[in-house]
Amino acid sequence: MSLIDSLPRVRAPKLPRADGLIPWIVPLAIIVIWQLACVTGFVPARVLPAPTDVALAGWKLLLSGELIRNIWVSFWRASIGFLIGGAIGFAFGLANGLSQLSAKLTDTTLQMVRNIPHLALIPLVILWFGIDESAKLFLVALGVFFPIYLNTLHGIRTVDPQLIEMGRIYGMTDGELFRRVIFPGALPSIFVGLRFALGIMWLTLIVAETIAASSGLGYMAMQAREFMLIDVVVLSILIYALLGKLADSASRALERLTLSWHPAFQKH
Amino acid sequence: MQEVLRFRPLEAEAVAREDFAEEARQFRRSPDMPSRGLSLTIRGLRKSFGDNEVLRGIDLHIPAGQSVAIVGRSGCGKSTLLRLIAGLEKPTAGSIGFGEQARAEDIRVMFQEPRLLPWARVLSNVEVGLGRERSSADAQARAEKALVEVGLGDKRGQWPSVLSGGQKQRVALARALVSQPRVLAFDEPLGALDALTRISMQRLLERVWRDQGFTAILVTHDVSEAVALADRVLVIENGRIAHDFNVDIARPRERGSAELAALEGAILKNLLEGTEDTSDDL
Ligand SMILES: Nc1ncnc2c1ncn2[C@@H]1O[C@H](COP(=O)(O)OP(=O)(O)O)[C@@H](O)[C@H]1O
Ligand SMILES: [Mg+2]
Repeated sequence: MSLIDSLPRVRAPKLPRADGLIPWIVPLAIIVIWQLACVTGFVPARVLPAPTDVALAGWKLLLSGELIRNIWVSFWRASIGFLIGGAIGFAFGLANGLSQLSAKLTDTTLQMVRNIPHLALIPLVILWFGIDESAKLFLVALGVFFPIYLNTLHGIRTVDPQLIEMGRIYGMTDGELFRRVIFPGALPSIFVGLRFALGIMWLTLIVAETIAASSGLGYMAMQAREFMLIDVVVLSILIYALLGKLADSASRALERLTLSWHPAFQKH
Repeated sequence: MQEVLRFRPLEAEAVAREDFAEEARQFRRSPDMPSRGLSLTIRGLRKSFGDNEVLRGIDLHIPAGQSVAIVGRSGCGKSTLLRLIAGLEKPTAGSIGFGEQARAEDIRVMFQEPRLLPWARVLSNVEVGLGRERSSADAQARAEKALVEVGLGDKRGQWPSVLSGGQKQRVALARALVSQPRVLAFDEPLGALDALTRISMQRLLERVWRDQGFTAILVTHDVSEAVALADRVLVIENGRIAHDFNVDIARPRERGSAELAALEGAILKNLLEGTEDTSDDL
């Protein structure tokens, strides 16, 4: 597929249903090649266990209930941290996008804080919270805050001023103007922030759980490393990939649902 | 309309649409009905942006229901005058008065850009035009009527992004018409359209103006458009009304007729004389 092919086109060709399977061909092929490489001894099991061994390790952990428990703990931390950081970021984005005073008061400070890599705060956060739940939630919330804040702010500031003037001419109240013009206009940008934030959410959580936790997927992987259980380490990585993909798909579905007016999302 | 309807799969729907078309015809003004337009009186109007005095004393009376075209070279203050009339800017000095007390819904503006909400279907875009009456029970029916009036009854459920430039501008016209305004101000509404679409839009504008009897103020850079549509053509120069032409030509006007061409030539000559030293654009 050439670059030109991947760009949005004015009229997309009708795709047959089987095309939904095409994205899965490459991952499937990788697994098959990986399995072959391991079975033939081309890659030693100490370096990379075969997919079947990883699946077996997953099955055992599933039966013991350990896998579900760790996934659940990580999922819970990710969601709560995301909700807290996302809500605060969204609120600041709205406030600073709509009010000059609020923007003058807080934007410069926030832009300064933004330049600190949030993972650099880990030592400080451990000193503050220990390896308590709040340490992980704090880090995830902080990581998620900035992409949501920046993109909400950008979205609101770039709403077409001609549309806002139109709304005023036609007698919209401030509330209506926000609901019918400003918010829908900012939504595409907010979604960009949402998807960035989801990526940062997983990254932060993995690092935090690897360094300072006594449960969760990151902890499971670190434990496995100590006992040289390489199949469990690989399993954890694969689960992270899967969860990340799931979060991305969910946000895409939401995007398609709410942005159905956007030319990029229209069915042909 | 009829030809479109013939291909509708659902007969019931087609009947309902015909009803709307019928109502839309009734909604038009009958010839003996008094004009619904508002008269407009402007006295000593001045407008400055900082040190830049754009309008330097405009005095103008527009009788109710008249259609007036405003021409002049770009940057001479046509849009500024229109925005002052529509209440989008405050005058530096002078006054603008309407013949009667005007409600907000009585004065509407249409711009060169359609300014439709991309995330609202065509019909809800038209409903926006109802202003404070948006929540009334017959809001949807009125929006439907206005859409039929501009010939887009079958596009009500579309997103604006799938419409052509001319269709978008017709939706914007329906949105401006739906509150039955008494003054309608147009700021180069056809400036972005191709020549053919522009001619059919000119016919549409003339028809709704004759049907509904509002006072029309049309800013345009196209002198032939001005003489084809307006009762009167004003030329703005140096922040004042430099010429005021009456277009005493019977309607329907035949495009390309000698009469229109002669008047167009006279106006163009005036415009060019006034701007010889500066530039050649209008
Ligand atoms: N909001 C504004 N602020 C400052 N200057 C403006 C503003 N609007 C218009 N002007 C100036 O007023 C002059 C007339 O503009 P305009 O009315 O748009 O001209 P026209 O529509 O005839 O081309 C221009 O010189 C323009 O730069
Ligand atoms: Mg202009």
